[in-house]
Amino acid sequence: MDNTDQISEKEKKTEGSSHKIGIYLWIWGLLFVLSFFSYMVDWYQFQGMLRWSLILFFMFLKAGLIMAFFMHLFWERYALVNVLLWPMTAIACFIFLMAAEFQYTFITRMFYFFVGGAA
Amino acid sequence: MSSDPKIDGFELKPGFRGMASDTGSDQTMFKGVHWGKAMMWIFLVSDTFVFSCFLIAYMKGRGSTPVEWPNPSEVFALDAFGVPVPLLLIALMTFVLITSSGTMALAVKYGYEKNRKMCGWLILATAIGGLTFVGMQVYEWSKLIHEGVRPWGNPFGAAQFGSFFFMITGFHGTHVSIGVIFLFIYAYKVFAGHYENGGKRGWFTTMKGDYVEIEILGLYWHFVDLVWVFIFAFFYLW
Repeated sequence: MDNTDQISEKEKKTEGSSHKIGIYLWIWGLLFVLSFFSYMVDWYQFQGMLRWSLILFFMFLKAGLIMAFFMHLFWERYALVNVLLWPMTAIACFIFLMAAEFQYTFITRMFYFFVGGAA
Repeated sequence: MSSDPKIDGFELKPGFRGMASDTGSDQTMFKGVHWGKAMMWIFLVSDTFVFSCFLIAYMKGRGSTPVEWPNPSEVFALDAFGVPVPLLLIALMTFVLITSSGTMALAVKYGYEKNRKMCGWLILATAIGGLTFVGMQVYEWSKLIHEGVRPWGNPFGAAQFGSFFFMITGFHGTHVSIGVIFLFIYAYKVFAGHYENGGKRGWFTTMKGDYVEIEILGLYWHFVDLVWVFIFAFFYLW
């Protein structure tokens, strides 16, 4: 019987059904600050690589915080977390494929619209 | 959460070792996860693919046009006291959505603590936040339509801008609207005590309600906020 009590105690920890209010308020505050920073990227009109890297940095940080703490993934078991996150690599592949594709389309359009093709 | 009875008496291992034994255990794979929660997650993964396809199509469209793309920080600028402020409305929408995400997270927490009143009020606050967001989006759409933005063209630059704008923000706005409807329904269910004293039977089911439903609703709502993070970054800031 002692053993089962220990397990249910462990379950409580891993399930993450109820957490202290502090963690939610912290994440909430951080999301506000990060959103403010990403708005500042536009406010100060940063351009080029600096702009893009800052946008991506704040975006991934915000997305990570929401998923890990608001959506409780940080406390879920790996069986669920891995099933959810690995499919995202397919999206990454698709992004790379289409990035190559738009560059090709762009170059082709420049070539035929403005250069007039290989006369 | 009333955990899956099948796991009683089993020692759950942590980390990747736990993942291997959970997956190969010849029973429920997601130990201690309510089936509704697992199904909501799987729906959200499929929804992620839908939104990814929209955003990747947008990347492809924007990257392949030789015409100048409209500058979002000018197109979405708003006059505040006679001064044009870049992206003002979009920034406000972002803060409103994050606020509602925070209240939702707290609603889930109070739900699990069986604090009926706090949970209900916080869900109601979340719903009102979502409603505010949709209202601001309606304003944004009507402003742009008045300025002549159409799915087939606009006065600011590349013709593809309008179609991507209406498709992506429209699909996200639909998600928010559906979420708001469900938030109001669940606010009622919480206040009416459908999850108290062992739970009341839900619609179209003989199963008893449980506060885990609030976490499932919360997953959907946080996902809507999550998608907005990506739309904000790629469509409005890029």
